[in-house]
Amino acid sequence: MNFIAIQSIYKFEMSRWFRTVGQSILSPVISTSLYFVVFGAAIGSRFGESIGGDGGSTVSYGSFIVPGLIMLMLLTQSTANASFGIYFPKFTGTIYEIMSAPVSYLEIVAGYVGAAATKSILLGLIILVTANLFVPVHIVHPVWMILFLLLTAGTFSLLGFIIGIWADGFEKLQLVPMLIITPLTFLGGTFYAIEMLPPVWQKLALLNPVVYLVSGFRWSFYGISDVSIGLSLGMTLVFLGACLVIVARIFQTGYRLKQ
Amino acid sequence: MQPIISIQGISKTYRPRGKVGAFQALKPIDLEIQNGEIFALLGPNGAGKTTLISIICGLVNATTGTVTVAGHDIVRDYRAVRRLIGLVPQELHTDAFETVWKTATHSRGLWGMPRNDAHIEKVLRDLTLWEKKDNRVMMLSGGMKRRLMIAKALAHEPKVLFLDEPTAGVDVELRQDMWNLVRSLRAGGVTVILTTHYIQEAEQMADRIGVINKGSLILVENKAALMHKLGRKQLNLRLHQKIETVPGSLAPYKLAIAADGMELVYVYDTEAEHSDITMLLQDLATAGIGFKDLVTKQSSLEEIFVGLVREQK
Repeated sequence: MNFIAIQSIYKFEMSRWFRTVGQSILSPVISTSLYFVVFGAAIGSRFGESIGGDGGSTVSYGSFIVPGLIMLMLLTQSTANASFGIYFPKFTGTIYEIMSAPVSYLEIVAGYVGAAATKSILLGLIILVTANLFVPVHIVHPVWMILFLLLTAGTFSLLGFIIGIWADGFEKLQLVPMLIITPLTFLGGTFYAIEMLPPVWQKLALLNPVVYLVSGFRWSFYGISDVSIGLSLGMTLVFLGACLVIVARIFQTGYRLKQ
Repeated sequence: MQPIISIQGISKTYRPRGKVGAFQALKPIDLEIQNGEIFALLGPNGAGKTTLISIICGLVNATTGTVTVAGHDIVRDYRAVRRLIGLVPQELHTDAFETVWKTATHSRGLWGMPRNDAHIEKVLRDLTLWEKKDNRVMMLSGGMKRRLMIAKALAHEPKVLFLDEPTAGVDVELRQDMWNLVRSLRAGGVTVILTTHYIQEAEQMADRIGVINKGSLILVENKAALMHKLGRKQLNLRLHQKIETVPGSLAPYKLAIAADGMELVYVYDTEAEHSDITMLLQDLATAGIGFKDLVTKQSSLEEIFVGLVREQK
């Protein structure tokens, strides 16, 4: 294992992020605050009732959406960071250096995906702290919370990496996040519990992979979930596995990397 | 001496995705590069020079054939191979927003080498980039970016350095610096393979020259041997009268008949101790062959090269 190389890619990627750390942190914090104002205060106050949790405890709508918002940020930031991270050297041509270095594909992925996941986890934690300023937030299962945070950030950074390799223009880089990830996240129970939907839509919602991520993550906070925690964890691992298989395949064939 | 790079039957066919028509950029090539030499791959644009070195460096998959570097297969044993190799591509691909120092240390890190600030400093000083170490790469001039690319390739102390068109778009002074650098690298035991379409560059720097055209390696020779050819001169004698055959008395000169019998061509070596021209002219007079004019010309490497390239067409 070329650990120095992994570390080098990781540090290089992180330093790229820290160069623009102001914008990197400020914009997600502002947009999350806006979600709180719009959904939490304006719409949430109309809900009137609280949503039930473990042992008869209830949470307010404002608190309810916190895990969903963190998930939303985690998914979008992971894919955006990782896709840009690998697309940019492809675009500028500097990828020649990585391709001619004595690094294995696993090491390249570890460096890029590790850095992208770190960034989105840091943002997720910042949003958690921001949310705490607006509404009471408590975490019932902190270990599970960290586990879901890591798995989701890792999985969607891998997805971002795949998008970054596939994209041959800046438009394509935006295409998947805009057309697939954002809609799935909004429809995935970020702002509501699945049981609030009409029965048909409840069934359809179960086809949305993001439902399982949000549900599991929310369970780790309040003990409330749409689906069982085992199923959430299982589905998360399935996505992770699928992304790993695709990445392995990309490197085996040299897809969009080698002629 | 064991060759450091051994290329056997390497070929490359590009098959564009979704389009018809494959393009064979390299026809099967065999070549050995000796340890510690400067080898110049000379050829026109699009000859396949970059494809060949891209295969060795792991940027392009070969269609057929194998390459070993210091006995390691470039595919099976890619780590061992790539540790030995530094690549300076033709295009200026740089991380515009990073500093000179950071990109150079990053390159060393990618090769898995432990941090060594003294080495990076030496490389940057050698390439007169030390003053610019804290500047962002985008602030550098084109020539400095070119040198930075070399610094990055040298950051991990390679044993084999590939320079793809190192002096393309580089001014005369920098070109001289570049040549001096290559010579000092060779003195330090580094094998250098450079591609160029400047014959002068190959002539100035290389120990051996390989001429490549349309994907075929058409000639590999010591520069000395090529220079020997360069040292040859040709004497054309325009005759008064047409001749059919060369008289037997002139056989030792190996004359050739040209221009439908109106010319005799004599090739001789100016570097030989005795030039035979006086004797030839005397013998011509004895044989009764008169000439009205004579022209001598020297064949240049350029001519040899153009001749070789033309032969292929």
